[in-house]
Amino acid sequence: MTTLADRPGERLEQLWAEEPGLGTWLSTVDHKRLAKKYLYTALVFLVLGGIEASVMRLQLAHSNLKLLDPETYNQLFTMHGVTMIFLFAVPIFSGFGVYMVPLMIGSREMAFPRLNAFTYWGFVAAGVFMYSSFLIGRSPDGGWFGYTPLTDKAFSPGPNIDFYALGLIFLGLASTGAAINFITTILKMRAPGMTLNRMPIFVWGELAMQVSILFAQPALTLATVMLMLQRHWHYHFFDPGAGGDNLLWQHLFWIFGHPLVYIILLPGLGIVATILPTFARRPMVGYTWVVLAEMATAFIGFGVWVHHMFSTGLPSFALSFVSLTSFLVAIPSGIQVFAYLATLVTGKPKLTTPMWYVLGFIFIFVIGGVSGVMTASVPLDQAVTDSYFVVAHFHYIMGGVALFPTLAALYYWGPKIWGRKLDERWGKISFWLTFIGFNLAFFPMHILGAIGMPRRTYTYASHLGWDNWNLLETIGTFLMGVGILITIVNVVRSARHGEAAGNDPWDADTLEWATSSPPPDYDFETIPEVRSLHPVWDQPELKTGTQPPEMGGRPLAEGHRVLATSLLDAKPEAVVDMPHESMWPFVLTVGLMGFFYGALTRIAVVAVLGGFLSLVSVVGWVWPRGQTQEM
Amino acid sequence: MNGERARRSRRLLLSLPLIALAACATKSPSILSPKGPAARTASSIWWPMVWVATAVTIFVVAMGAYGVVRGRRIREEDISREVSWGDRFILIAGLGVTGAILIGFFVFSVARSVSLARAEPGTQITVIGHDWWWEVRYANGAVTANEIHIPAGERVNITLQSADVIHSLWVPELAPKIDLIPGRTTHVWFKADHPGEYRGQCAEYCGLQHAHMAFFVIADTPDAFAQWMSDMARPATAPATALAQQGQAVFLSNTCIGCHAIRGTAANGQLGPDLTHIATRQTIGAGTVPLTANDLATWITDPELFKPGVTMPPTTLTKDQLNALVTYLLGLGFPSP
Repeated sequence: MTTLADRPGERLEQLWAEEPGLGTWLSTVDHKRLAKKYLYTALVFLVLGGIEASVMRLQLAHSNLKLLDPETYNQLFTMHGVTMIFLFAVPIFSGFGVYMVPLMIGSREMAFPRLNAFTYWGFVAAGVFMYSSFLIGRSPDGGWFGYTPLTDKAFSPGPNIDFYALGLIFLGLASTGAAINFITTILKMRAPGMTLNRMPIFVWGELAMQVSILFAQPALTLATVMLMLQRHWHYHFFDPGAGGDNLLWQHLFWIFGHPLVYIILLPGLGIVATILPTFARRPMVGYTWVVLAEMATAFIGFGVWVHHMFSTGLPSFALSFVSLTSFLVAIPSGIQVFAYLATLVTGKPKLTTPMWYVLGFIFIFVIGGVSGVMTASVPLDQAVTDSYFVVAHFHYIMGGVALFPTLAALYYWGPKIWGRKLDERWGKISFWLTFIGFNLAFFPMHILGAIGMPRRTYTYASHLGWDNWNLLETIGTFLMGVGILITIVNVVRSARHGEAAGNDPWDADTLEWATSSPPPDYDFETIPEVRSLHPVWDQPELKTGTQPPEMGGRPLAEGHRVLATSLLDAKPEAVVDMPHESMWPFVLTVGLMGFFYGALTRIAVVAVLGGFLSLVSVVGWVWPRGQTQEM
Repeated sequence: MNGERARRSRRLLLSLPLIALAACATKSPSILSPKGPAARTASSIWWPMVWVATAVTIFVVAMGAYGVVRGRRIREEDISREVSWGDRFILIAGLGVTGAILIGFFVFSVARSVSLARAEPGTQITVIGHDWWWEVRYANGAVTANEIHIPAGERVNITLQSADVIHSLWVPELAPKIDLIPGRTTHVWFKADHPGEYRGQCAEYCGLQHAHMAFFVIADTPDAFAQWMSDMARPATAPATALAQQGQAVFLSNTCIGCHAIRGTAANGQLGPDLTHIATRQTIGAGTVPLTANDLATWITDPELFKPGVTMPPTTLTKDQLNALVTYLLGLGFPSP
């Protein structure tokens, strides 16, 4: 019998453990702790965005209601969009990624742990920055795509749009950092043997997401910087009176904004392709095609932005071209849906809560997909664009993929993250409420759009036949809200009192299940050697939670270290010393917060001090500490 | 306090015409009941797509349900890891069939839209978007607001511009949407098969009162339209009664003329709707309330009661002045020939 001291785990524990408790609450660089912060924060923003939506739905429950004045309504729908897209959907998928990617690829950390901390704090700070606008009643009110000239100084003189533009620039710093971190982690830190064609589909989804962010984000940052320059420093990028053009904003925004749809979609589909095979009790059918489809979507997604501008009077030849790419971008989605179906009919589907969410999602995704195909037709889009039909479509796609895979993942990975299973019975109740509520809330919007209701109107007349559909949507919204809240309560309760999960409660195939739940600070006692696309199914030794050295596991217990491997074949290349806790990422965020508040209030001294603090913290961050890389 | 209460009771009174409106038969401006060839393009694409979409959804649900049901009957040990038909199925269904349907719809959609892009002569109308109303100009000098009169059965070519932010002209029963973009000129054409009234509304979010930026396309017989257009181009009717004359004086001596024009008088403001023949119009505030004496009086004294944030400022007038002004304005119909 081995004693505790003989286990490599103890040495690793000393190397990897962070100070417990509040001491390292701000300075932690542990990807698991940061990921939990990501998830909790994003869920808080989901609740905030949901409250905004609920209040709007009350206002629209009947014609001519006066619950909200138009200004409040406009702020609410703008912040609902900004919140759900930028502060919930993207961060929650980054959060699942930050937790799961290092585990799924058999590493112990993200490639840049301190950058990981900064991208979390930056996301929180940008969210707090934008939400602080509520304190003075001047929240962004130009819609989430902020079209000029409505957002120019002449039509929006207050600080509303400054909160929006500066907030998005701030957030862009964080998401760019996260993209670099993810891409490096995924390409360079996979366990030995995890060649690209053995990489889990969720990791592919994250890779596609983060590569898209890296290429799309600059367009948004550029556009918002130009908007700020025009608003406050007499530039004229979007001012036709001085040779500018309002369509320039639309092009720049949608060059970012359409890939953004896929930025949210791809990791969500990755979650689906992770959960579905686990509960169908078989490998994904057509792994290669699903992976190629994800990457193809990310690529084609950069060539369709003009379909948001079909009614702007652009030449019909240009519109036809974009119409074609918009039709074609549905093909990879079709491939993925048919791969899901093939997996379902050749497996033995187990209807657990995560599986219900996945099945519900497939239905919602198909509805959103076919309505998306309808908007690819130029004449049909010109009829339905900017109506509630489009609101229905993008809630089925973006709302569906942000919500259902997220809820599925909470039930699926919850046991790994908290070591305890979530309550299944409440999970199923939550699923049915959410699913029925979702469809009640959003399906009638297709009809409302077709019968003439434009989006973004704070009220409507009673003689237009829109009342009953709107009432139905309001009822659906509240059903869905109750469903989501049940899951949140379920998470809070089960994380403490749930049934203990064990290493691998679902008998799943990917590496995150080859360690304890929750994983130790060092994730794996040994870095596993991967010999299959389904390592935990095909390598029985992984079931024990550790791959012993004689089976290829590398303890790597001589230091606070991870293994770097080659890009395609994951051959070991280097052992990398990893940094410990650091306050600098947080201090940098505080500095940037000062800088952006300075820019907002245009009090130069605040901006300069904030900028100076940022600079100091970057120097502190990169100050050499004698860390080495050895071959 | 008192002011607030008065405001509230006035609001109650104001809702009466709204209730009256509600009593009228509800009628939705639907893209699925097109009343002209330009709108028929969209609905003719809509239905085939909806049927195929429904078929696809049913297929997916049926196949998924089959998988779940079949799963209950098989044992886990019987699951084969290799599925000989898997890749073939994914490629045929996902790439082949899906691709063929999509490219088919693309070709269908382009073919249908050719006629939309074709330039043809027709009645020329210019529409200029403002926060939050529509200026409508005709080649013969006729100017009106929030009502686009057209000859039924004939093509009209609309040229669109914006005076401030981006708006979008949407008449679901008649035409595809088209944006009005400052610094650019856009075009759209449509044709109404029959005389009638077709509701339209701004579709691009344009600020506070985007919700109250409606208008009506009114298709008359070609003869009636020709008569209307020439009437609309004429200067305003001279006030017929002493009260109306007094009202004209009120109009001309107040801030009204800073924004509104009444052709044939000294009033030549260009910021707000042309009021030359305001009495011929059906609504105030771009479809917000019906044009009645009461509502017009309220609109003049406190337009924000109907339309919070509207650019028109409140005007303080004595009761008599207001009465005279309303009488004058409601007398601004077409002059008798």
